[in-house]
Amino acid sequence: MNADEPAIEVRALRKSYGGRTVLNGVDLEVQQGETMVILGASGSGKSTLLRCLIGLERPDEGTVIIEGTDIFALDSHALSSLRRRMGMAFQGGALFGSMTVAGNIELPLAEHTRLPSSTRRIVARIKLGMVGLEDAMDQLPSELSGGMRKRAAFARATALDPEFLFFDEPSAGLDPITAAGLDRLLVQLKESFNVTLVVVTHEMVSAFAIADRLALMHNGRFIVIDSPSAVRESQDPIVRRFLDRRPPESLDGAARFRKFFTD
Amino acid sequence: MLSTALRSAGRATQNLLVDTASVWRLAVTAASRVFQGAFRGEAVRFRATIIQSVRAGNGSLPLVGLISFLVGIIMALQSAYQLGKLGALDLVANLVAISITRELAPLLTAIIVAGRFGSAIAAELATMKVSQEIDALTVMGIDPISFLVVPRLAALMVTLPCLTIFSDVLGIVGGLAVATGVLGIGMNGYIANTFDALVLKDILTGLVKSVAFAGIIGLIGCHQGLQTRGGAEEVGRATTAAVVRSIVLIICADLFVTAFFYVRG
Repeated sequence: MNADEPAIEVRALRKSYGGRTVLNGVDLEVQQGETMVILGASGSGKSTLLRCLIGLERPDEGTVIIEGTDIFALDSHALSSLRRRMGMAFQGGALFGSMTVAGNIELPLAEHTRLPSSTRRIVARIKLGMVGLEDAMDQLPSELSGGMRKRAAFARATALDPEFLFFDEPSAGLDPITAAGLDRLLVQLKESFNVTLVVVTHEMVSAFAIADRLALMHNGRFIVIDSPSAVRESQDPIVRRFLDRRPPESLDGAARFRKFFTD
Repeated sequence: MLSTALRSAGRATQNLLVDTASVWRLAVTAASRVFQGAFRGEAVRFRATIIQSVRAGNGSLPLVGLISFLVGIIMALQSAYQLGKLGALDLVANLVAISITRELAPLLTAIIVAGRFGSAIAAELATMKVSQEIDALTVMGIDPISFLVVPRLAALMVTLPCLTIFSDVLGIVGGLAVATGVLGIGMNGYIANTFDALVLKDILTGLVKSVAFAGIIGLIGCHQGLQTRGGAEEVGRATTAAVVRSIVLIICADLFVTAFFYVRG
């Protein structure tokens, strides 16, 4: 791999569903070992972008290049061996309901390694210990709280010690303390294992806590990609609105109400 | 008025064609996964197939037994009603044996299993799809077709013929119960007549049917589950659709197989 080649490169990605354009020419470069946080309002296309990055969704145009290879040009076998180096934690956890928490973490190990089951169990214990869930090893996902499920999903995503880690809404729906704990975990993980992290979120606090760079998505494209301090200083009206938590003018009820009566 | 009717008929036809094509694609993918797996040493995930076979067989066994026994009784009574007029009550054994093994046992068993296990497959896979578990498998580099679909199909193709044989036996026992208890035909005579009437081909015809039905139940159940999009309410819709479509297709397939064996003699 070339030293200055980005780990993940997104080129002119377009995707639409039934006439509605979700991604409208997205370009992005993520360096090796970098934490890129993708911000955006609900429905701005950030989850779709994440699904394209891991090859779950095929874009209409454009491509995703990981370490110099176009992932949509790979055959299914090559893609699945690339995916062994990736981990993804889904928004709702997506833990397998028919398996225990430990079983969930052992599954990728059983599929992709030759570790005996006793060793797999130890790895599962270590990974769950990392997120403070070693006591829940033999519980079923349905017996866990939402926050515990997210942490378990995180442990599963790191089961094969991935080089690329994708995280969909790590702190959505969590209390601030659990969310802060997950943020710290992400930072620790990056510092100790030098993973390339892509996190999709709409939580500003956690975004600024973990990001090396932030990318703000609006109407299917990035309007700014920069370091947290530069984003915080930005004067772009849409960026400001997002940072200052101001509703868009179109949703300003009082103004429309006045307009309705004065016109 | 007419144009709306035509348009909705057209849309329904289009949906049917699209669905048929994607069920076919699923079948082809599943078959190719079996071949690819065979080259790597394991055509079908053995453990998962055993687990699914137990699930498919266990729940349906008592129900198949009961219903086959009752249908055996009904068939014996109905045929005695006509054959008695001709003074040919002995032939009840032949009629029951042939109609049960060639037609009723495979059909009833398939419908019961479609209701019990086909619906369970659809509900399970639909839930996994909706909660992104299928995506999670894909991202882990585990192919959902060979991990989920192939074991269920294989389990059905093993279990359904076994259940059909069980149904054959209990249906004939039901006929026997009527013959000895109500019609006054001796047990030995009934059994002898049954064995005279049945040839191996009758039983094999039934088993060929049941393998085809197994494929239908598994493919439709998996397809309905995997194509689910949206939220939890879609899971219920997928489950219902899986059962209804399986039953319709089972009866259509039954017609084709029966016609095929009839023409070939």
